Amino acid sequence: MSKPIKIRKGLNIRMKGKADKVLIPEDRPGRFAVKPIDFPGVFPKMCVKPGDEVKAGTTLFFDKNNEKVKYTAPVSGEVLEIVRGERRRILEVLIETRGDDYISFGKADPEKLDVTAIKNKLLESGLWPAVRQRPYHVVANPDDTPKSIFISGFDSAPLAADLDFIIDHMPEEHYLTGIKILRKLTEGNVYLSLSTENTSNVLKNTPGVQIKYFSGPHPSGNVGIQIHHIDPVNKGDVVWYVNLQDIVSIGRLFNEGKYAPDKIVALVGSEVEKARYYRTRTGASISTMVKGNILTIRGKSSNSVRYISGDVLTGQMIQPDGYLGYYDSTVTVIPEGNYYEFFGWITPGLKKFSLSRTFLTWLMPGKKYRLDTNLHGGERAFVITGEYEKVLPMDIYPMQLLKSILVEDIDKMEQLGIYEVAEEDFALCEFICPSKIEIQSIIRKGLDLMAREMS
Amino acid sequence: MKALRKQIDKIKPHFEKGGKFQIFRSLFDAVEVLIFVPDRVTSRGSHIRDGIDMKRVMITVWIALIPAVLFGIYNIGLQYYQSINVEAGLWQMVWFGFLKFLPLLLVSYIVGLGVEIIFAQIRGHEVNEGYFVTGLLIPLIVPVDVPLWQLAIAVVFAVILGKEVFGGTGMNILNPALVARAFLFFSYPKWMSGDLVWIANLVKGEGVADTFSGATPLAHAALYEVDNMPSVMEMFVGTIPGSVGETSTIAILLGAAILIYTGVGSWKIIVSVFAGGLGMGLLLNAFAVNPYMEIPAWQHLVMGGFAFGAVFMATDPVSGTQTETGKWIYGLLIGILAILIRVLNPAFPEGMMLAILFMNVFAPLIDYYIVQANIRRRLKRAKSN
Repeated sequence: MSKPIKIRKGLNIRMKGKADKVLIPEDRPGRFAVKPIDFPGVFPKMCVKPGDEVKAGTTLFFDKNNEKVKYTAPVSGEVLEIVRGERRRILEVLIETRGDDYISFGKADPEKLDVTAIKNKLLESGLWPAVRQRPYHVVANPDDTPKSIFISGFDSAPLAADLDFIIDHMPEEHYLTGIKILRKLTEGNVYLSLSTENTSNVLKNTPGVQIKYFSGPHPSGNVGIQIHHIDPVNKGDVVWYVNLQDIVSIGRLFNEGKYAPDKIVALVGSEVEKARYYRTRTGASISTMVKGNILTIRGKSSNSVRYISGDVLTGQMIQPDGYLGYYDSTVTVIPEGNYYEFFGWITPGLKKFSLSRTFLTWLMPGKKYRLDTNLHGGERAFVITGEYEKVLPMDIYPMQLLKSILVEDIDKMEQLGIYEVAEEDFALCEFICPSKIEIQSIIRKGLDLMAREMS
Repeated sequence: MKALRKQIDKIKPHFEKGGKFQIFRSLFDAVEVLIFVPDRVTSRGSHIRDGIDMKRVMITVWIALIPAVLFGIYNIGLQYYQSINVEAGLWQMVWFGFLKFLPLLLVSYIVGLGVEIIFAQIRGHEVNEGYFVTGLLIPLIVPVDVPLWQLAIAVVFAVILGKEVFGGTGMNILNPALVARAFLFFSYPKWMSGDLVWIANLVKGEGVADTFSGATPLAHAALYEVDNMPSVMEMFVGTIPGSVGETSTIAILLGAAILIYTGVGSWKIIVSVFAGGLGMGLLLNAFAVNPYMEIPAWQHLVMGGFAFGAVFMATDPVSGTQTETGKWIYGLLIGILAILIRVLNPAFPEGMMLAILFMNVFAPLIDYYIVQANIRRRLKRAKSN
């Protein structure tokens, strides 16, 4: 094991409701959805209409800005509805499952294919969006050649799924084929980042990749932080990264010739009765998972809890019968915080978690918290300094970057490192911000602005 | 608690837009969020948030100031009874001090918060918490006998021109409390310097013991009357004439401990201000040509407003430097300048206020160079590939 890269800045938020290492082998809800909002910057052009029959792998829509990139159905069935939001923006394409039919993309040995053939297969099957890029933290442009490809082998976010457990329950042969595919996509290195606490031998013995070890608190598991420390993105550079579970799906595409984006998902959070792992598929409705599995507190109705696809810092709020996001391997359920608190800013705060030591809870270092969605204050201007730096392990000045985005100063954004960041890297800054500023939205605005400016 | 909440919900519509009392909307909001932390939940981004908010930050500073406030109140009484050469009990002194301090505090808060609420109403913002601390700092850095009307004008000036014209808390360039003090210092110097203003009722001169002088240690030192200065122990404990809250180094250090421990105040700034002051003092010692320059460097740290400025003024995150490296430079320069002004410029017996205001102005420049270095690092990295 090479010497681990020590991440000193960051914060582990100690929450209740970690998943037990129990796998529910089959969770097949009746409905699935593909959500264009999972892919920032993608402008969907629909290829199906309600009532159409689809197979797993049938194109549902493609990106108008990059027509090669197709988004396909994860299961076979019938297109039920195209849900639109404000200004007719497409939010979800719903599919009622029926049968187990799939489009055959043909088996292939990755060693015998050239890069173009590999890319075409990924693009046609709907697995290409699994490959994302810095700068901008968006679906990768298939015309680029990245200087390197990154895989994060651990998720350090609060209550996040244990990737060791997941990969040990996934077919190893698909994983290994997936890694071979990634190696063909770059002339540079494929880096696999592992935590010093990773246990999976499959991960530790992955052939053909550079393994880098990390130690330290969240966000050490964020791929952006790992890129920054291993092979940082400079102006003009492109780096790609793929989630661990999607590598298995990519391998299966080449081994079996079908798009079958199976996933193991951790259902976690203080409001979950039995927090466990479920084998399901990208885009699955969470309804079967959460049904009868949510604690009711003093008979309160279900609108007093929040369902999140993803982790508590970066996930999307969804309905109790909502759908798993494309990139998510965690579903979190936490209490809503829609209550008034009597003189809350002056009380000792025995249930409050804080990076600062302004609440008595800092005296209880092992305590696990049932955190809710209350903002704990009103939005203010930037006042306190030096706090964001404590939780952002990058050589970047967060407040200065945020301010340059707010005034839309393109040159400054570039100089201050916008190419290296994603909103998820700033999630902890948002969490600890005493001024309650929506930092992740600001970063996304900056990334979108920059992407438009450079295109 | 629930009954109170119900009552508030009942009268709330009257204060909203279109209600009978909509002119008091900001005042109502301010009181409501003071009593109840709102039920607002996260809608975008992180679903959970740290328990801390600006109110919690401000109350922590407030708590850190309490030792200095309590000692200040006691010291007002102590100095007064010493000046008229009357033996008095502890509670008698505290009561006298309390009666002297209360009007200062009330004027500061009522006038300052009044201006804040008017601005919040005009802008349609929530009332910012910034003045919560500023309002307590101002009475602590003025002489006890400052006329209340002067204080009121200074507060209005500080809040409007020191803060609101820039856009409110978080946008100001200078520390508002020091703006108030500087305003008083330059507009009404008679009430802000000399030997008479630091002790209650000394200006009137009634019943003052013949041999008594109300001069502060800094005034003695500036006249090279080093022998007349109080002992170091007295200066450390704070039983000396001076601005209300600045005299007791020990009370201020208690506050510093709270600020550093909770993480609310920057320890880097506090430590570097003291280091800068000590360094400058040593330099002056080395080239000493008069008794003031000969004062042992470390004694400077317990004299005048140095400690108070270092702990409660220089650490203001808005007017200070925003980068962590910048904080070291900022603090060091404040310490150096404060002692330099104090010892070498006879026109200004206390250098701390001017040193901090001066460095407030330079803080963005320091940050600029620190950030520029980061930008260069990034460019260099790009080229080396």
